[in-house]
Amino acid sequence: MRLFRCLYQGVSVISEVDYEQRAKVGILYENFREHDPPQSALIPFLQDVQSEFGYLPKATIEEVSKLLQVSTSHVYGVATFYHQFRLRPKGRYLVTVCRGTACHVKGSENINEIIRRELGIEPESDTSQNGLFTVQQVRCVGACSLAPVMKIGEEFYGGLTPVKVRRILSSYRHKKVDP
Amino acid sequence: MNVMERCCDKCTHSTSTPCPDFVTCRVSGPLCHKDEDCKRRILRSVEESLYGTAGFRVTVGTSTCGLASGAQPVYDTLKTTLEEMFPEAKLVRTGCMGSCYAEVIVELDRKGYSQAVYNKVAPENVRPILKSYLSGSVKGAYALRTRKGNMLEEKNIPLIDDLPFFKYQKRDAIRNCGVIDPKSIEEYIISGGYSALTKVLKGMTPEEVIEEVSKSGLRGRGGAGFPTGLKLKLCRQVKGDLKYMICNADEGDPGAFMNRLTAEGDPHKVLEGLIISAYAIGAREGIIFVRAEKPLMAEQLSHAINEAKRYGLLGENILGSGFNLDVRPMLSAGAFVCGEETAMMAAIEGRRAMPRPRPPFPATKGLWELPTTINNVETLAHIPTIIVEGAEKYSKMGTLKSTGTKVYCLAGKVERTGAAEVPIGTTIRQLIFDIGGGIPNGKTFKAVQIGGPSGGCLPEDSLDLPLDYESLQEAGAIMGSGGIIVLDEDTCIVDLARYFLNFTTAESCGKCTPCRVGLKAMLEVVERITQGEGRPEDLQTLQKLSNVVTDSSLCALGRTAPNPILSTIRYFKTEYEAHISGDMCPAHSCKHFIKGYEVDQLLCRGCEICTKECPANAINLSMATGAKSANKAQINKDLCIKCGRCKTSCPFGAVKEVW
Repeated sequence: MRLFRCLYQGVSVISEVDYEQRAKVGILYENFREHDPPQSALIPFLQDVQSEFGYLPKATIEEVSKLLQVSTSHVYGVATFYHQFRLRPKGRYLVTVCRGTACHVKGSENINEIIRRELGIEPESDTSQNGLFTVQQVRCVGACSLAPVMKIGEEFYGGLTPVKVRRILSSYRHKKVDP
Repeated sequence: MNVMERCCDKCTHSTSTPCPDFVTCRVSGPLCHKDEDCKRRILRSVEESLYGTAGFRVTVGTSTCGLASGAQPVYDTLKTTLEEMFPEAKLVRTGCMGSCYAEVIVELDRKGYSQAVYNKVAPENVRPILKSYLSGSVKGAYALRTRKGNMLEEKNIPLIDDLPFFKYQKRDAIRNCGVIDPKSIEEYIISGGYSALTKVLKGMTPEEVIEEVSKSGLRGRGGAGFPTGLKLKLCRQVKGDLKYMICNADEGDPGAFMNRLTAEGDPHKVLEGLIISAYAIGAREGIIFVRAEKPLMAEQLSHAINEAKRYGLLGENILGSGFNLDVRPMLSAGAFVCGEETAMMAAIEGRRAMPRPRPPFPATKGLWELPTTINNVETLAHIPTIIVEGAEKYSKMGTLKSTGTKVYCLAGKVERTGAAEVPIGTTIRQLIFDIGGGIPNGKTFKAVQIGGPSGGCLPEDSLDLPLDYESLQEAGAIMGSGGIIVLDEDTCIVDLARYFLNFTTAESCGKCTPCRVGLKAMLEVVERITQGEGRPEDLQTLQKLSNVVTDSSLCALGRTAPNPILSTIRYFKTEYEAHISGDMCPAHSCKHFIKGYEVDQLLCRGCEICTKECPANAINLSMATGAKSANKAQINKDLCIKCGRCKTSCPFGAVKEVW
């Protein structure tokens, strides 16, 4: 097994986690085997990988590049270009703050600040220290008529005020998680 | 019997032996043989698919705006309540009518009763509403779609078409939104869907289709307003077996959501427009490029594609015409620059979305170097109507140079937010004040931002400007995708300009220097101004940089990015000057200009939340002068660092800024 893994990686021995991640990417690849040219599958493939892991771990980027026969730098370039892709793990709840124009004129900048402060997120980071919440800003979720808007997971919350935001966040903080 | 099923064995339709009259036959058949029994069965199937077996249809608007307002719990409550009160009722999830301000919207329609629309429904109102409606009263309804004259309270409720929000609208692209079930191909066909496709495939050549679209005067609704007929013609003229037809559903313009609304509420209409366009240019493959940030839109479009495939409206030999078309959705990973067609094609090919110089135009060298036509969702949604009702009727709406209707999204500081479809050429005033109901909370109108990050801000003087491509361009804005953001006295124009520059700087793909570096330089200047460090020569610098970026950027993103700056300097110069030399933000919005905070002693209840929140320990409780009992918060001005946390944390709104 060890030998196999060595061959698999080429030269160096890789960690258990890396190995598992790569194996999962290999399974996901089955849906994209038929794509011609293989490179055209890159974005949908990365989307699938991200929905599996919640972000794009380093090993998966290398694996994708190998499977689609494109350079790692190309894959990395694409992964950092588009807003959807993340290179860092995300918390249990993804808080998406809309920063569209309608939300902006209704004070979303302030809402964003309150959320980050309320969750104790450090200036350079986007995830709370307990790993529960990740906060990201998006361009526009298209619910402009209910501005300002945020999403937690797939749930939408419109017409936000500082008080409402605090209430919603605390309801998630105390939420029981399915085992 | 289901609407899509065969009426009897005499019907020979199947996906392998398609009948050209398949669509028409489903609703007004049978056409190939005479049989009263079959006719009755078909009529009953149509009736039942809309109203269920007992003639009662209940619809809930569950598109993104509905869901954000809490439509899911309302739907769930309706489901359980109906199971108990009226189990045979047909409960349907529809899209959004455009009146997002009134969500959650529930519509009750029982045969023989007036059709009633209820707004702002909460789960606890569901039972009383149902009870009262079924007992023959429309009390509490927001509006009536039809008036039968036999119900209680009917006279007090207006017809929906008389409501100011709907009165001035001419709905075409979003006609079915909020009315039909977007997941049901049956309902689309019953409402007249796919009859344009039938007409095209039965008796029109591609050239005739192009001619009809050209005659209608339809222009691309994505922003630039290129004539759609000409676009199709250019691609048709290029020789080649393989061509691509792409629908751009990657709506990235902040403040615009008409594509989401159209595709979520009536995805088959977009698909029908796409199939007809593909037939016109001779494409065998179609792609719908849809934003992953708008998952419901992607889901509805993918579902529509699968349904159309299932019934032979996509695939090989569509309706026996010999025309083949395969359509697939592709999820966009999100980049504003994808609105530029060459950038979007790069994304589909699996690369970074960076535009390339044109020519060659996509019509000759597009996706994988093959001839390609790209049309926006809203543009495609107009095509079925043009084919069915004729170009002449369509071209009579709108202005001479810009015909037809356009969906505008109203948001920001306006009473009735949502999407409204009006003939092009309607004035901004009509849209904001007649349809949108003006500015809420007794505030005054200040400006309107049209066209998103590539558009501009127009002042009150421009309110009577007609909304068409040429007039807007002349005034310094653009039609863009039709997002209209209304601003009141509390919005700082300089801050808005900063917001848009921030947006375009971050979205610049980085390929060409004027856009990548120029916008960043402009942003630095504007940020300095909003932080109270503006210099007298800044406005000139901004104008100079704007001209360079506009003249020398590779694509439309860069070329139009300075528009928000140029238009705000043109119309709101005094506001810039107040920031630069007056050391103040007239709209009281830019935080740097706050002189301090004070506590309203009447509103303060001494809860101590602000004292704990304050990072500088600048707040203490003390007896206010004249106060009888409780301690009130006092801010020590020497210690205050003006961070504003006390204001955002106060549950009673007692802390106020001093400007």
